[in-house]
Order: sequence, then structure tokens, then C-alpha cells
Amino acid sequence: MKHFMRFSKISKAFKEVPSQYVYQINPIQNFEQIKQFRVIDLEGNLIAKEYNNIPKETLNQIFDLMLTIEEMDNILYMSQRQGKISFYMTSFGETATTVGTTAALQPQDFIFPQYREQGSFMWRGFTIEQIVNQCIGNHLDGGKGRQMPVHYGSKDLNIVTVSSPLTTQVPQASGAGYGFRVNGENKIAATWFGEGAASEGDFHSAMNFAQTLKCQTLFLCRNNHYAISTPTDDQFKGDTIAGKAPAYGMRTLKIDGNDLLAVYNGVKYAREEIIKNKEPFFIEFITYRIGDHSTSDHSVLYRSQEEIDSWKSGNNPINRLGLFLKKQGLRQFNDEHDNQIRKDVKNRVIAALKHGSEQQSPSIHDLFTDVYDEVLPHLQDQYTQLREHLTKYKDQYPINKFKGGL
Amino acid sequence: MYKHLLKLRYAYQPSIKFTHVQPSTQYTPIKMTVREAINLAMDEELAHDPNVFLLGEEVGQYQGAYKVSKGLFQKYGGDRVIDTPITEAGFTGIAVGAALYGLKPIVEFMTWNFAMQAIDHIINSAAKAHYMSAGDQKASIVFRGINGATAYVAAQHSQCFASWYSNVPGLVVLAPFDCDDAKSLLKAAVRNPNPVVFLENEILYSESFELSAEARDPNYLAPIGKAKIMRQGDHVTIVAFSKMVQYSLGAAEQLFKEGINCEVINLRSLRPLDRETILESVKKTGRVVCVEEGWPQSGISAEITALIMEGGAFKYLDAPIQRVTGVEIPTPYAFNLEAMTFPKTEQIVDAVLNVLKGAR
Repeated sequence: MKHFMRFSKISKAFKEVPSQYVYQINPIQNFEQIKQFRVIDLEGNLIAKEYNNIPKETLNQIFDLMLTIEEMDNILYMSQRQGKISFYMTSFGETATTVGTTAALQPQDFIFPQYREQGSFMWRGFTIEQIVNQCIGNHLDGGKGRQMPVHYGSKDLNIVTVSSPLTTQVPQASGAGYGFRVNGENKIAATWFGEGAASEGDFHSAMNFAQTLKCQTLFLCRNNHYAISTPTDDQFKGDTIAGKAPAYGMRTLKIDGNDLLAVYNGVKYAREEIIKNKEPFFIEFITYRIGDHSTSDHSVLYRSQEEIDSWKSGNNPINRLGLFLKKQGLRQFNDEHDNQIRKDVKNRVIAALKHGSEQQSPSIHDLFTDVYDEVLPHLQDQYTQLREHLTKYKDQYPINKFKGGL
Repeated sequence: MYKHLLKLRYAYQPSIKFTHVQPSTQYTPIKMTVREAINLAMDEELAHDPNVFLLGEEVGQYQGAYKVSKGLFQKYGGDRVIDTPITEAGFTGIAVGAALYGLKPIVEFMTWNFAMQAIDHIINSAAKAHYMSAGDQKASIVFRGINGATAYVAAQHSQCFASWYSNVPGLVVLAPFDCDDAKSLLKAAVRNPNPVVFLENEILYSESFELSAEARDPNYLAPIGKAKIMRQGDHVTIVAFSKMVQYSLGAAEQLFKEGINCEVINLRSLRPLDRETILESVKKTGRVVCVEEGWPQSGISAEITALIMEGGAFKYLDAPIQRVTGVEIPTPYAFNLEAMTFPKTEQIVDAVLNVLKGAR
């Protein structure tokens, strides 16, 4: 009887906020679409003048790197078709996002890549030779021949190794960003993922945790319109991926990903805000995947050549930056000079492929190292068995091609 | 007391009903790839039962990541062949829900390696549903995808999940080898009321085999829980499944030239295991070599070794059982390293010779 509610006496303990209530059913569906931040237009004309603040030298280095990556991607894609490497992923049309972002970050910031970020790697100093050796899987590969092509990483450059399962890197970035905040470090964890990868459950956990636990994490979604063959219209509804971020309580920017100045300025702003407020930030770049998803794809099967061409000629990051530099007098354009740059890159890649293919394969001892911190007895046994097997069948295996032989 | 234990041991075997219709003789054998056989099986099942549907990444308009579902989207439309957004955990959960409702989904994983994020749905939702609901909830669902090594795809794309899933009560786990297996086992899996894990192999997709007259019959379903003796012999029993059957047959051919007759058993069904066929063969030959692509610890070979010990065939053994398994490391990428990571014909030949030592 003690618990019987006495309706005559309403408890005064519950504090109401009258402005929280409406008295009609009006479901919300259409939010105002978040607009893309832009500094230069499709012809490289400067529109948002206050963001014309990137040093001339930096802009030229960025432009050079974008040309380099385009040329390198071309050669490596073809080399896969020629059987020199087994797999490759190009980044045509998306280099303003990766190079621009990495240029705007600090070298101590951790980057958690997806797989299309040659721009991030190379801006920080990862060389053509390192890329080629990793793709070939020879003994010079920093990864000891353990991973598929384009699955590189570099502890020195603070870039976490590429991992195949999608989106797993995103909650990892939340975790790292949490560590940075708790330790009071001037570092952020920047993570890349595509609009398709944002469908994974890990995306939700990562975003929710980052905001609730206040992680120094920068979420970078590269919306390139296709996830293999799946167009964005089949991947999600609502206002792209950026539309989801405010729902987590996160500050959000949508940026024209083919506008290098917008990318650079947006990321610089976001990084400052993350360190200042000790809270995550979300950026979605709108760009377009001009090439195939990978060498295992043939994109004209599911999209029209006209669509590809309209982005390639009409909204191309390299063209837009180039036109901007030309119009602002920040770079002397000279056909001969520019062709020479492309030719030099081409020759360098070809030389790296040649040199790389002549190298020995990783040593068989490396089959068993790094499984644990030390080679445990059962693995030592299996190594012995393998050596016996190879000794017995040595004419069936190209032992002279293994670094360190038997 | 022993008889009592025997009764207990076989009590847990599920009563799997299979329809073994007397096959029609009007079909002639035809050669096709395993990929085509799987496609044909799905085509026939989609036509046969309107509750059957296929879902997964790239299965529809792209014709399948490995082209296994080629032509099905055009034939059956987007309601029966569904391209999902990228989330294994998501679409597996959705499929299990549909199955509990009464539909019959076929879930395609781009590789079983990516299904790890969906394993909670496969096991805690699908596998255990019937038991936990005291028979009320059936999850008639087929989970299929490529399993094991594929060549040049390294650690996160090459793991064999046979031992993980065959460990779980409530699941049926099948591993086809040739076209007959692929087509008639998949059809049987779709029509089976239990959740089925169907482990395919990417390298076998492009291999051609003859599809027998029996398997061509659209009414023919392979019996679940029955292994197939691919080659008869009385010196050594080689037990294998999936791609390893091919290497085992190669080893048997090589050994035949030296006067050694191997009996090669293609398991086809990892859960339930065809204990009878294995034990009968062991009693005949007295020597066993188990082959699997996966890692040795807690693998399929470990289970076969145990069941031979328990099943009354122990006293027929003339030598300890030999296992040939993958090297116990995450699969490396470099071509030379990967070539040494998985069993091939040579290792199986060596193992047979080892197990025969002392017999001559």
C-alpha cells in the first residue's frame, strides 16, 4: 500500500522544460542539405579570397605530387595488366583530398588509411621505390612480403598499415585520439574511409565513442560516388555521410574534394579546432573516382563513359589547381617542363619495377617470425620441417631466388 | 555401460531430412566449371521456391564479385537478388530475421574472412535459434562464400573457417569439391530447414568437372552428412575436403605408379561428419592421412583423429594418423612464401610414405 500512487498529490520532483514539447504530429524528414565549402571554381577562379593563404612553394609541391601520383598510378595499373604486379588500386581524381589533407596536418598526427591514400603516404615521404617493392613483395619490402599490394604502412611516417576489412581503422582512430587527449598531446588521429565503408557498423561505434569520450580524432570521409559498383544512391539515403555526423553531436564540414584550397583550409581549421576544444571533427569530401575500383574491376560495366568524362574534364582536381596557379601567376606553365616531370616519374617507376623484379623474394625464415614476439617451439619445428622438405625437393623450388637461400 | 555410451554418442546427431529422389535418366553428363554449377543451383532454387532470395555485396547488377551470381539479377529482379550496402553484420542480421520469419535467404559473403564481423548473427542468432526457442523458430538460411586460400591475397583473405563453424551445434557445414558436389549440395542446403554454412573455394570456381546425369536432374539433392569415396584403395586412407581433394587425388595417382593404392575420401559434409564412411575405410586400410588447408591446432584433422580413436577403429590402425595442414602462420603475400604455406601434392605423398614406413 505504500507504493500506491496517490493521484491527488502530484510529485513536484520532476523538473519540466515546457519548450521541449509540441502538440501536433510533424515528423522530421528533410534536413537542410549541408553545402560544400569551396574556394576556387571549376575553372580555377578564386572566389573565396580570404582563403588564398597557402604559401606558393607548398602549392607547387602539392601540384607536383599530384602529377607524380597520376603518372605512377598509370604505370602501376598497366604493370598489373602486364603481370608484373598482381594487384593495384589507383587514386585518379581523388588526390586533392589526400595530398591536400596531409599537407594541412602535422607530421606527428597519426593517419589511419583505408587503401586509396597514396597521396598521404607520398606527401610524408614514402617513395615510389617503397611502393613498388611492397607491390612486388620482394625482400626490400618494409612489410617483409606479408601483405597484398597497396597494403603498406610506415611507423616512421606515423601512418598505420592498410588493412583489408573495411572501416576497422575508424574506431581505432577514435581510440588513438582518446589516448592523445588523455596524455595531453598535440596530436590528432586522422582516419580515411569511403562513403561505402561508412555503411559498416564500425562507423557508428567510432563516431559515437569519439564524441562521447572526447577523442582528438578527425574523421575524413571521401565520397567518391562509388563503392566498387554500388552508387551512392544504393548505399545510403539522407544527406550523404556528412548529414549523419551532427546527429552524433559532432562538428561537421562538407568540402568540395576536388578543390585543393578548400581541402587544405578545411583540414587546417578542423585540426586547430580539435586541439583547442579536445573534441572530434568530421569532414566529408565530395569527389569522384575517375578510375576503376581496382585492377579487379571494369567500371564501364556499371557506369557510363560520359559520366566519367564529365568529371575527368569538367571537375578535375589537377586541372582546377593548375588553372588557379596559372591565373594567380604562382607557377610558370611550360609544356616542355611539365612533360619532363611526367617523363621523369614514368622512368623512375619503370626503373623501380625493373629493379624490384630482379630482387630476391623474402627469406623463408621470415615465414615464421613476427607471429608472436619470438619464434615459439612449434614454429621452430615447422621451420625445420620446411627446410627438410625444400632440401628434398630443391629442384622444384627456385631456392636461389629466396633471400638467404635455404 | 559401453553400449549406453555408444547410444549417447550418436544421440546428438540431428535428424536431417534429405530428399533423395530417384534421379531421372534423361540427362547426359555435361562439363562445366564449379562457378557455373553453383550458379545453376541458385537459378534452379530461385525458380523452385518464391521464398528463396539471394543477398550480398555486388551480387546483383555487378553479377557477383566472382561472377557466381551471373545473370540472376536480370532473370529474377532486385527483389530476389539484392545488392546490399557494405556491412556484413548488417545484412547477415537482416537475413537471419527474414529466415526466422519464414523466407529462405542465401547470404553471399565476398569471402568468409569478412563474415567474422557477422559471426554473432550466424551463431548466436541462426545456429541456436531452433534449440533456444524449443523448436518454434527455424532459421532456414544458407551462408555461402569463398573460404581458405585464394592465391596472392594474404592474411586477411586466406583463412580457412572449416574448424570454427563445424564446431557449432545447430549448424550444418558443407564443403563441396567438384560440380556434382557444388550443385547438388547447394540445392540440398537451400531446402534444408537448418542454417547451413557453405564453404566454397575461389580457385575451384574456374575448374571444370563433369556434371553427372544424376546431378543434372533439377530434383536431385545430395545427401547431407555423406562423404564420397573418390578413389578406392586398400593401402592408405586419405581424408580431405574442398581443394585438398584435388591434391589428394594427384598424390594417389602418383603413388599408384609405385604400387600404392590410396583410398581418397571427399568429406563434403564437415558437420555432420560421415563417421561411418571414415571408420569403414580405416578398418579396411589401417593407415590414415588427413589433409586440410587450415591450421593444425583444433582443425578438422584433429576431430577425425579423435573420432577414429573413439569409433572402434583404433585397433585396426597399423600406424599413427598423419596430418598434412597449413603452416601455422597468418598467410603471407610474397609468392614464394605463400607457395610454402599450404599443402600440395608433394606433402601428401610424403605423408603417405611416412605412414607406410614399416609396412614393406
